[in-house]
Amino acid sequence: MGKLVEQGLEDWDLVIEPRNNIFQLHLKELWNYRYLLVMFVKRDIVSVYKQTILGPVWFFVQPILTTITFVVIFGNIARISTDGLPQILFYLAGITVWNYFSETLTATSNTFIVNANIFGKVYFPRLILPLSKVISGLIKFAIQYLLFVLALVYFLLRGSMINPNLLGIIILTPLLLLIMAALSLGVGLILSALTTKYRDLNFLIAFGIQLGMYATPIIYPLSALHSKYKKFIIANPMSSLVETFRKIYLGAGELNWPGLIYSSVFAFIILFIGIIIFNQVEKTFMDTV
Amino acid sequence: MSVIIEVNNISKQYRLGQVGTGTISHDLNRWWHRIRGKEDPFLKIGDENDRSRKSNSEYAWALRDINFEVKQGEVLGVVGRNGAGKSTLLKILSRTTASTTGQIKIKGRIASLLEVGTGFHPELTGKENIFLNGAILGMKKFEIKRKFEEIVDFSGVERYIDTPVKRYSSGMYVRLAFAVAAYLEPEILIVDEVLAVGDADFQKKALGKMKDVTSKDGRTVLFVSHNMAAVKTLCKRGIVLENGRMVFDGGATHAVSHYLKGNNETQNRNIFGEKFVTDEFILREIGLKNENGSYDDPLLENEVIELSTKLLLKQSAAERYALVYHLYNELGEAMFSFSHTSSNTGLQIGENDLVCKFPPLFFQSGTYYLSLFFVRDKKEAIFHEKDIMSFIVVDGGRQIGVYMGREPGFIRPTFTWQNKTILQNK
Repeated sequence: MGKLVEQGLEDWDLVIEPRNNIFQLHLKELWNYRYLLVMFVKRDIVSVYKQTILGPVWFFVQPILTTITFVVIFGNIARISTDGLPQILFYLAGITVWNYFSETLTATSNTFIVNANIFGKVYFPRLILPLSKVISGLIKFAIQYLLFVLALVYFLLRGSMINPNLLGIIILTPLLLLIMAALSLGVGLILSALTTKYRDLNFLIAFGIQLGMYATPIIYPLSALHSKYKKFIIANPMSSLVETFRKIYLGAGELNWPGLIYSSVFAFIILFIGIIIFNQVEKTFMDTV
Repeated sequence: MSVIIEVNNISKQYRLGQVGTGTISHDLNRWWHRIRGKEDPFLKIGDENDRSRKSNSEYAWALRDINFEVKQGEVLGVVGRNGAGKSTLLKILSRTTASTTGQIKIKGRIASLLEVGTGFHPELTGKENIFLNGAILGMKKFEIKRKFEEIVDFSGVERYIDTPVKRYSSGMYVRLAFAVAAYLEPEILIVDEVLAVGDADFQKKALGKMKDVTSKDGRTVLFVSHNMAAVKTLCKRGIVLENGRMVFDGGATHAVSHYLKGNNETQNRNIFGEKFVTDEFILREIGLKNENGSYDDPLLENEVIELSTKLLLKQSAAERYALVYHLYNELGEAMFSFSHTSSNTGLQIGENDLVCKFPPLFFQSGTYYLSLFFVRDKKEAIFHEKDIMSFIVVDGGRQIGVYMGREPGFIRPTFTWQNKTILQNK
């Protein structure tokens, strides 16, 4: 009889265990909750514009002001090379790319702390929230990207020396975004898991992102670097992404395939580790947050 | 009927105290043990979760080796004192936290009524929030769409459905939030009355919905409550938790009496020893019990409750001194003050045992706090101790099946009533 009962008990919908296999990523469950993902993205977008008159236009302000600052300080005062490109385009390209990375990273890295209240009350795959940040960040990126394209068209019409590579743009832009999304999500997940227990990291994240920008060819081109420093900068997976972006849109920069492959492998390994750590922490974080 | 929930050896350990610099060394130690495939060194230690005893261990077991099964359509009552592990058990079941050891198997969707309004965003409209909230609770888009009309109807906020919920009154907000939860229709419903304190209206609604769900749809319900009458009425089966262990599993009525009897660690008596010694007096003890009961029994609201204060008065002019109590409810609101002087009872030099009797059905079931003042010459408080005593009054003898909720208010005085018409006709 025992046997029969055992067999009848096989079809459980849900088994709650303290710690399951770390490589079990629960991707199927994530898929079941895809509608929630849509709703969170919608919430992020709608709630930002509510009660503003200009709405999304505000997303133009930050890159414009940053670009002006860079032109004045790094371009005109420090006279750092811009690979022969118009300074505005050079900086705007870097800022557009970097903003997506840094904002997604920031938004995902505080997942647990910001959502402690909702996580404490109801279960859903926690990964949905950082994923929604990656997607809603794309909307903001699209707006800033539009600004960049407008500037690009303006300079093209004025006859500046820029050579966009249309084929490269079409093929590589989605790829660059995908790698960046994976990288920022991966790093964000690892940080979010660690900050639940050790709040010290919170102080480091903002600072670290700022430093990260200087370790990425945003305000300088890779070509201007002394080979002594270059290898360190190339080790940063964001570097070849920014350089590739500049190369395909502006025609100056370094498009090296090993670098791109390195970045994508790095990004997806980080993302994989991030998901594993995140899945481990999500189960008990309510006790430590 | 088939088993819908199976709980096997569930234990939950909490780390006490603050997360600080010591945490990282424990974490590293634990991690080091894990990569060598050894057992977590901190799992062996830890005390039972008895809050009244101070312990040296930094770890405590909120739950220890819990085993039970729930069949489909069963309504299981979970009773136990505060801190017995009821909420922890529910948290593990609803997956907001994980157990330390053990395994739970579940068939179907599990949801709890305490999730009302989770994830509501103030900037979004009522309609947007219904969809967001429904999705958070695990509903699919078509499910929400299908039930949307009913939800709006039930909530009664149709006119404001396209207004951001931050403009809602708190009542509208709760109604809308509850409506979403009420139409979730999970296979297993968790109702934690303890966490739903405050809003009597909501409690009634939640209990009503629960009755619907079990009687009409044959769903499974886990009901956690301090309200013994409600447990007896709604549940057929009950389990009793005590300091994280399951001490009883059986019929709801038996579970309730087990809980009320087994409650022998009630702190209805404080013996102070040398704690409160002044030049004027030594306060020996304060205790509360039912007139015919002992200090080990729970205080029943429908019997006379005696408050006894024992003290040694050192001063000869005993008539100059008086004790005054202030009574507070569980929200910390002052209810009233009372003193023995109002009934011409005084103190004497030497030992005193002052007894104050509260009539039956005076206190409403709940938790109360006493503050004690020692007054000289009716004006000068020479001693004052806040929350010197706390006690819990339970509703063990309430008439069952009439109204399950707690009556509003904190006292339940019985007044003299007459029907003059009937009297005149006699």
